[in-house]
Amino acid sequence: MESIEILGNKDTRSGFGEGLAELGAENENVVALCADLTGSLKMNAFQNAFPERFFQVGIAEANMMGMAAGMTIGGKIPFTGTFANFSTGRVYDQIRQSIAYSQKNVKICASHAGLTLGEDGATHQILEDIGMMRMLPNITVVVPADFNQTKQATKAIADHDGAVYLRFGRPVMPIFIKPDAIFQIGKADLIQEGTDVTIIACGHMVWKSIEAAQLLSAEGISVELINMHTIKPLDEEAILKSVAKTKCVVTAEEHMANGGLGEAVARVLASNTPFPQEFIAVDDSFGESGQPMDLMEKYGLGASHIHAAARKAIQRKA
Amino acid sequence: MNKEDLKAISSQVRRDIVRMVSAVKSGHPGGSLGCADFLTYLYFEVMNDNSSNFTMDALNEDVFFLSNGHISPVWYSVLARKGYFPVSELATFRKISSRLQGHPSTDKNLEGVRMASGSLGQGLSVAVGTAQTKKLNEDTSIVYTLHGDGELQEGQIWEAAMYAAANKVDNLIATIDFNGRQIDGDVEDVLSLGSLSEKWQAFGWEVLEMDGHNFENIHSTMTEAKNKVGHGKPVVIIMSTEMGMGVDFMMGTHKWHGVAPNDEQLSSALSQLKETLGDY
Repeated sequence: MESIEILGNKDTRSGFGEGLAELGAENENVVALCADLTGSLKMNAFQNAFPERFFQVGIAEANMMGMAAGMTIGGKIPFTGTFANFSTGRVYDQIRQSIAYSQKNVKICASHAGLTLGEDGATHQILEDIGMMRMLPNITVVVPADFNQTKQATKAIADHDGAVYLRFGRPVMPIFIKPDAIFQIGKADLIQEGTDVTIIACGHMVWKSIEAAQLLSAEGISVELINMHTIKPLDEEAILKSVAKTKCVVTAEEHMANGGLGEAVARVLASNTPFPQEFIAVDDSFGESGQPMDLMEKYGLGASHIHAAARKAIQRKA
Repeated sequence: MNKEDLKAISSQVRRDIVRMVSAVKSGHPGGSLGCADFLTYLYFEVMNDNSSNFTMDALNEDVFFLSNGHISPVWYSVLARKGYFPVSELATFRKISSRLQGHPSTDKNLEGVRMASGSLGQGLSVAVGTAQTKKLNEDTSIVYTLHGDGELQEGQIWEAAMYAAANKVDNLIATIDFNGRQIDGDVEDVLSLGSLSEKWQAFGWEVLEMDGHNFENIHSTMTEAKNKVGHGKPVVIIMSTEMGMGVDFMMGTHKWHGVAPNDEQLSSALSQLKETLGDY
């Protein structure tokens, strides 16, 4: 674990805000739309620097998605900003028809995803968004792990020709990815090499997995940790290369088990080389109000849960 | 183009429509027939578009979005007759591997189509977005849309209407196909639109009314609409039409919204519509 250094503590949404502001200066085709959550999405810097390219649409997310699709005609690269719930579930049909099926170059940027939204409770804590977005053809799904990676991903998706769902969150979390790291869509980060078990995680769960790996390491268990920041297209090569060594997997995501990263990985394993897999994810349940890290513990997404799942996966090896 | 020339085109478009839906025993002839005159006029007299070199970005070109995508037959026919793609391709409508999907799509690169439509209520938002991009690009061309009257029951239409007026999206001319009918019956009975003109006015739009089957009235109204462009307000035209216009047994009822004629009915329909430009 020596190589993992905490570089600071920040929320991933701030990485989006910084990345978007830099993009605004670098690419005059970048435009931003927001549905009355400019502060929450950290879009103020872009708004202040490029007011003519910032579109406040009010509390009207369906219109925002349609407008974003229309703005691509003529060469703009629209970034929409609202909470993950209102970025996906509320506007699924608009994304499906006007963006995905219509092949529009829209970047759907979604904050406050998952349980770590916290006290606002289940109405706002979407746990189904990764599943909904990865089911749609023509959409790339990116879930960066920390502040630095969210900033890098925000900039990288502007250069990608096609619709992207970028998922990030609200809580302040450790920063552990270097500010000059290269982010490549579809190419997983190998955080740590190991031989006994592979942990594949995304978003905030990468940090939780680092904590779990430290616990396991103290028990003499060698963990290979993969940051699967792109859920679609999934880096199958990275998964297969790792399980060839470790022969068992734990997947970890701040999302419903149904439709999420774990099921995407399970498909790769089942289609190629089946090995035991344990799923750290929310089990068919809505969330509730509470402090973010308390909720993560209550719903089985803590480091201790990943630790136990890893031991179980190792036990299940034939 | 004089009135007789326009009538000749729209008569052929109507023949294309009934032949297309009859060939696959599916599709939406009623609304298509009702909008044949308007779309003929829009494409042949109003729009500054480039039918021989279609580009998605439409820089310095007028753009049209069909929001009520189910009337694809009329749009496909007008696009083909304008030269966007070969007229012979109309024979593939709704058939497997065709570029002419039941509802318009972009994924098969059909010239003239820039957005999928079919799930209703989305086209006005799209048009507002394209209109905003034209302003950013200092492109003074105009964005046109067409919507069904039943489609106005979708909430997203009013989100877009509110946005467009509040933000002075004045390079946009929307047209409502006000035929008063939808799948389940008369719009008035299914879900009344109330005072439609007043609704759009209250939302801050310039509102014009038009007879969608009278080329002189279409001409004067579209001229007035274009004159209102650039004056701070989006423009909507409430266009009175007759669903099924041109085929006697399809008029005066909602029943031909999404039903294709059988062979006998096709013969009867074609006997009422003059072949002017040659069938595909």
